[in-house]
Amino acid sequence: MGKKLLILNDKVPGIATLEVYRQHGGYASVEKVLKTMTPPEVLEEVKKSGLRGRGGAGFPTGMKWSFLARPEGVERYLVCNADESEPGTFKDRYLMEVIPHLLIEGMITSSYALGAKTSYIYIRGEYFYVARILEKALDEAYAAGLLGKNILGSDFSHDCYVQVGGGAYICGEETALLESLEGKRGNPRIKPPFPAIAGVWGCPTVVNNVETIAAVCPIVMMGGDEYAKIGIGRSTGTKLISASGHINKPGVYEIELGLPVEEFIYSEEYCGGIINGNKLKAVVAGGSSVPILPADLILKNDKGEPRLMSYESLSEGGFATGTMLGSGGFIVYDETASIVKNLYTFARFYHHESCGQCSPCREGTGWMEKILHRIIEGHGKPSDIDLLWDIQRKIEGNTICPLGDAAAWPVASAIRHFRSEFEEYIKHPEKIKDVKHYYSVHQLAGA
Amino acid sequence: MAKITIDGHMIEVPDGTTILQAARMLVDKNPEVDAKVAPPTMCYYSKLKTSGGYCRTCIVKVTKGSEKDPRPMPKPVASCRTNVMDGMEVVNMTSPEVLDARKGVVEFLLINHPLDCPICDQAGECHLQDLGYEHGLAKTRYDFSRRTFNLIDIGPYIKLHMTRCIMCFRCIKVADQLTNNRYQGMLFRGDASEISTYIEKAIDNDFSGNVIDVCPVGALTDRTWRFKSRVWFTKPMDAHRNCTKCSGKVAIWMKGNDVLRVTSRKDQWGEAIDWICNDCRFEKKDAKDWVIEKPSHINRHSVISQNHYESLAQLKLDIGKQQKQIAGKK
Repeated sequence: MGKKLLILNDKVPGIATLEVYRQHGGYASVEKVLKTMTPPEVLEEVKKSGLRGRGGAGFPTGMKWSFLARPEGVERYLVCNADESEPGTFKDRYLMEVIPHLLIEGMITSSYALGAKTSYIYIRGEYFYVARILEKALDEAYAAGLLGKNILGSDFSHDCYVQVGGGAYICGEETALLESLEGKRGNPRIKPPFPAIAGVWGCPTVVNNVETIAAVCPIVMMGGDEYAKIGIGRSTGTKLISASGHINKPGVYEIELGLPVEEFIYSEEYCGGIINGNKLKAVVAGGSSVPILPADLILKNDKGEPRLMSYESLSEGGFATGTMLGSGGFIVYDETASIVKNLYTFARFYHHESCGQCSPCREGTGWMEKILHRIIEGHGKPSDIDLLWDIQRKIEGNTICPLGDAAAWPVASAIRHFRSEFEEYIKHPEKIKDVKHYYSVHQLAGA
Repeated sequence: MAKITIDGHMIEVPDGTTILQAARMLVDKNPEVDAKVAPPTMCYYSKLKTSGGYCRTCIVKVTKGSEKDPRPMPKPVASCRTNVMDGMEVVNMTSPEVLDARKGVVEFLLINHPLDCPICDQAGECHLQDLGYEHGLAKTRYDFSRRTFNLIDIGPYIKLHMTRCIMCFRCIKVADQLTNNRYQGMLFRGDASEISTYIEKAIDNDFSGNVIDVCPVGALTDRTWRFKSRVWFTKPMDAHRNCTKCSGKVAIWMKGNDVLRVTSRKDQWGEAIDWICNDCRFEKKDAKDWVIEKPSHINRHSVISQNHYESLAQLKLDIGKQQKQIAGKK
C-alpha cells in the first residue's frame, strides 16, 4: 500500500463539509503556520521538501516562491490554476470535488507564506459544478473564521475568490490565465516579465497548480525534510495520477513517486491490468501533450532498466525514447487501439484550442489536423508522413507559449514510434471506411 | 550600454534595446552591412508599443546569452521582444537553422493567405510578398481549401479583406494607442480568429486611416484608391500641406498630374515616419492641395522600387545577377 497524503480520506462520507474535514485533521496546517511559524519558515519548509509543480512542467515550487518580488506597498497575489483541460488529466477535478477544503487550506497556508492578502482560484468553465462546491466550501470557511479578517485571531487577513473561466485550454497557461482573470482575451503574454515580477493587475503573482497548493498542507504538517524522504531522488512526495484508457480500474490514484510503471499498470491496487487481458500497446504518461511511448519503452527504458513513475525516470532517454511525467494524465492503449486515430483526436483538440497569436501554432495545428483527417479517412498520400514531421518540427519551440510544443510532441512521437501504422493507413485505404473529410483544392478542381 | 554581435557585426547599444532594434541600428549606421542582417518583421512596428512577438518571422538564435551567462538560449527567440545583454551573440542570416525555421513561419503565414496578389492593391509594396520571395518555398505544400471571409466596409474609407489577414495585431494597437476609441478587435481563436468591428460598426475618427499604413498585407485597404492603379505605375512624391490635425508631411502617389492616393512617408523598414490624419489621406486628392518637395526615396527592394528612377541602375545589375544565377543552375 503506497503512502497517501492528499486523498487519504476521500472515501469518508461528508468529507466535503467543513465539520467532517476538521474532524479528520483539516485546517491543522493553517493553525500551525499562523500560531507557530513565520512566512519565511514556511517557505523554507517548502524549499526543503523539494516539491515540484504538479501542473506539468515540474518546476520546483520553493524556487518559484522565492522568485516572487516583494516590493514595499505592492500587493502580492496567489493564483491557483484549476484550469485543468489537458485530455487525459482529471486529478484536480477529483481533488476539488471530493475534498474542496484541502485546496482552500493549501491556499491559506501558501498565501501566508507568500504574504498574499488575496488569492484566486481560476477554474475552467466546464467545471462549473466544481466551482459551486468550492464556493460552498469557501462560505463555510468564512463562517468559521478561517478566511476573512484576522484568521483564527491572528493578524493575518486573507480573501479567496473562485473565478470561473470560459472553458479554454490556453487559459491553463499561466500568463493567459492572468489575462483571462483580468477580464481580457486569454492570450499568453510574452515573457519576461514573469508573473513573479508582474502578474495579475501588474503585481507580483505566484501561479500554482491545484495539487501543488494542496501538497503544501502535508508539507507544513510533517516538515519539509520528512516530505523529501518520500519519493525517489529529486522527485519527492506523492502524485495524483488520473488513469484512463483500456485498463480494468480507471480512476484517480495517489502514488508515491518512484513506483514502477509496470506495477502501476498491472497491480490490483492501481489500474488492475489491461482490459480483457489484452496486450499493452502504448501509454501516454502525462496528459495528451507528452510523447506517446510503445509498451517496451514505457515499461523499460532504452538501457533495459525498469521505468519508474518519476520526473527523471520517465524523461530518461530524451524525446527519442522517453516521455514526461507531465500533469499525470496516464492514458493506456491496448492492442486494439489505433494510434493514428488517437493522434487525430489530439490534433483536433490542439487545433481547436490554439489561441491564434503565433502563426506557427495558429496555422500549423489546423494543417496537421487536416492531414491526419485525410489519412484516417483513407485519402492519405505517402508524402503525408514526412509532411507531418516537417510541420511539427517547425511549430516546436517557435511559439510564445508551450501550446505549440504540446501540439507538436504527440505528432512527433506517434510518427517516431508507430510509423508503420501510418503507412498501413496510407497503403490500404480500402480497409478504412470512407466518409466526408476536408476536401482538398485539387480534389475540388477535379470534381 | 551593451555590446552585441549580430552575424559577426558588433555594435554597442543602450540597455533595454531589443535585438531587432540593435540590428536595425547596425544597418542604419553602417552602410556596408547587408540590410538583411536586420530580421524581417510582420507584426512588430517600432512606433506601436507592445507590438511584436506574434508572427515569429524575426526569430533569431542566441548563441551566447551574455558576458555573465554565456549559455546559449535553448529555443530561437523573437528578436523584436528580446532585450540585448552585454556580450550577447546572435546569428540570423548566417544560421541555416534560423533560416529553416523562418521558412517554416513563412509557409505557415501563407497557407491560409489567398495569394490573390494579381488583384490585390497591396501587391508591389506587400511585406508578405517580399518575405515570400526571400524566405518562402516556390510551391505550396498545403492542398486543402483555404480560410475565406466576406469583405467588410469599415466606414466610408476602409475596406477589411479578412481573408488576407495574417493576424499581426498592428491595427488593433493603432486603434488602442492612436485613436480615442477602439471599435475593432479579435474575435474567436486559433485559425478561426478574425479582426472584426463590433457588429460592423464604422471606425470613425481622425486617425483611423493609419490602420491601412500599418497593415503589412492587403487586409486593410483604402477605399478611395482600390483598383485605381497598380502601385508600381504610380510615382511617389514627398509632399506637405499645412494641416491643423497632423504634421501634413505625406507621400502622394501620382499618375500624370492626378493624385491617386496619399499615404504616410515610409522609412527604410517600411514603417510610417509620421502618422497622418484622415483629411490629408482621403480628402486631398488634388495636386493643388499639396506642395510637392521631391520624388520619394524608396530603399526597400520590393516591386514599388522597380519603376523608380533611383533603382533603374540597380535593376540592371539585379537582372544581370539573376541571369547569371539561372545560367549557373542550368
